[in-house]
Amino acid sequence: MSVILEARNLVRDYHIPGGLIKKAKTVHALKGVSFSVEQGKTLAIVGESGCGKSTLGRILTLIDPATSGELLIEGKKIDIAKGDMTAEMRRKVQIVFQNPYGSLNPRQKIGDILMEPLVINTDTPADERRDRAMTMLKKVGLTELHFNRYPHMFSGGQRQRIAIARALMLNPKLLVLDEPVSALDLSVQAQVLNLLADLQDELKLTYVFISHDLSVVRYIADDVMVMYFGEAVEYGSRDEVFADPKHSYTKTLFAATPRADVESIKARLAKKQAA
Amino acid sequence: MALLEIENLVVEFQTASGPFRAVNGVSMKVHEREVLAIVGESGSGKSVSMLAAMGLLPWTAKVTADKLTFNGRDLLGMSANERRKIVGKDIAMIFQEPIASLNPCFTVGFQIEEVLRIHMGLDKAGRRKRAIELFEAVGIPDPAERLGHYPHQMSGGQCQRVMIAIAIACNPKLLIADEPTTALDVTIQKQILDLLMKLQAEHKMGLIMITHNMGVVAETADRVVVQYKGRKMEEADVLTLFENPKSNYTRALLAALPDNATGDRLPTISELFVDEGAAQ
Repeated sequence: MSVILEARNLVRDYHIPGGLIKKAKTVHALKGVSFSVEQGKTLAIVGESGCGKSTLGRILTLIDPATSGELLIEGKKIDIAKGDMTAEMRRKVQIVFQNPYGSLNPRQKIGDILMEPLVINTDTPADERRDRAMTMLKKVGLTELHFNRYPHMFSGGQRQRIAIARALMLNPKLLVLDEPVSALDLSVQAQVLNLLADLQDELKLTYVFISHDLSVVRYIADDVMVMYFGEAVEYGSRDEVFADPKHSYTKTLFAATPRADVESIKARLAKKQAA
Repeated sequence: MALLEIENLVVEFQTASGPFRAVNGVSMKVHEREVLAIVGESGSGKSVSMLAAMGLLPWTAKVTADKLTFNGRDLLGMSANERRKIVGKDIAMIFQEPIASLNPCFTVGFQIEEVLRIHMGLDKAGRRKRAIELFEAVGIPDPAERLGHYPHQMSGGQCQRVMIAIAIACNPKLLIADEPTTALDVTIQKQILDLLMKLQAEHKMGLIMITHNMGVVAETADRVVVQYKGRKMEEADVLTLFENPKSNYTRALLAALPDNATGDRLPTISELFVDEGAAQ
């Protein structure tokens, strides 16, 4: 198995400039995170808001540069701070955002949304762009009829399908999914998770799945990394992490996740009776 | 006697393409000291039916019911003035987005004292004393100092604690929590749920928990109502619902939980669920 993505000791600091009264401050959003993901696998990144998981997502998608550390994609070192990024390299990583209501331009038709990555990054002729957008629509479970519609005509689950389709237009190797199902209903969540699994099998995609929902993570991930205040406090295969959490934060997280099985309901009701 | 009794509630909204029925003949009862969970997807009418009971819907909504009573008093027939004396005092509500439901222009202290002034008629010193007590009760550290803060200075979890403090300020008999933890982290969700359950037991309140999270239902509810497309699909006590669900929809909903995944793919609602009509 080839390693698609490797991070070595990634650090990201944000500098907050000072003023007359306030002193300048540095926020350490990431404090040296290392991991690697093999092709066709899913790495889940778990943590609460403010722990640096979205900062990490932005570095992986080559939106922000890391302050220090190395990022390797397909074994090649990438540093966007140097500004030597080619369109070819950018094409390899794409992102799907949390809120499908905010990430699609309401003034663009679905067809234009899907073709835009091709317009910007490639010189594909117009009729081929159209064909590829149509094919992609069908691949994510929509039909050609949807090509000329606007985002407001779709439900949340359908919009997330469109966002996934757009991310896949450039045939990326790696998809960063930033809480892709947390804004969706339970039944729609199941459909989108199934779609992601289908696409992974078909296109040999690698996922970095950012989430705070442990039940989803347990279902979809191969490897799990738990982050806490900018540090990776736990990193291992899914079964290792779920069977034997080592760090106290991971244990707190597991204990806090509501359990929906009959045994725990019985235990709770018994406790209530006794009280 | 039941605290809140709803029989055959229908809510219709006037739209350009004719009336839209958001709630279609829902009946339920909440008893004192009981935790009732209402579960359903977005569009199932779970929030709308509670907003209708509180009279908080816009004028475009048409609310009809055979019976809609709180503590034996008819809520539909009474004047808006009379209803306002009950809503916010005896029935209180907590909303989903804590940061959005607080007014950003006023300090949290002002907002909690406003409730105490209108419903309890306390004087200035009494209000402040009570506000500090309430902040202590919901676990906000350094309450006297915190009263002077604005909502943007607090985290989401803290804002939700403020909302809860405002809701319980007048010792309500019934608390309605509309997705109180959806916008929060898992660890904070646990704290807020624990707090709600503690307050419910202490104040002997009735609690209605509106949610789409089956985990939250399993952790809190005594009885559960499942809604789908404005209809009630099933009503059962929590153990029966999880052990032996009657309606196909509930079964489909439980099967779609990632916790229960057995195979490679999750079963989806449309595959499993055939519209069986309301299981009244």
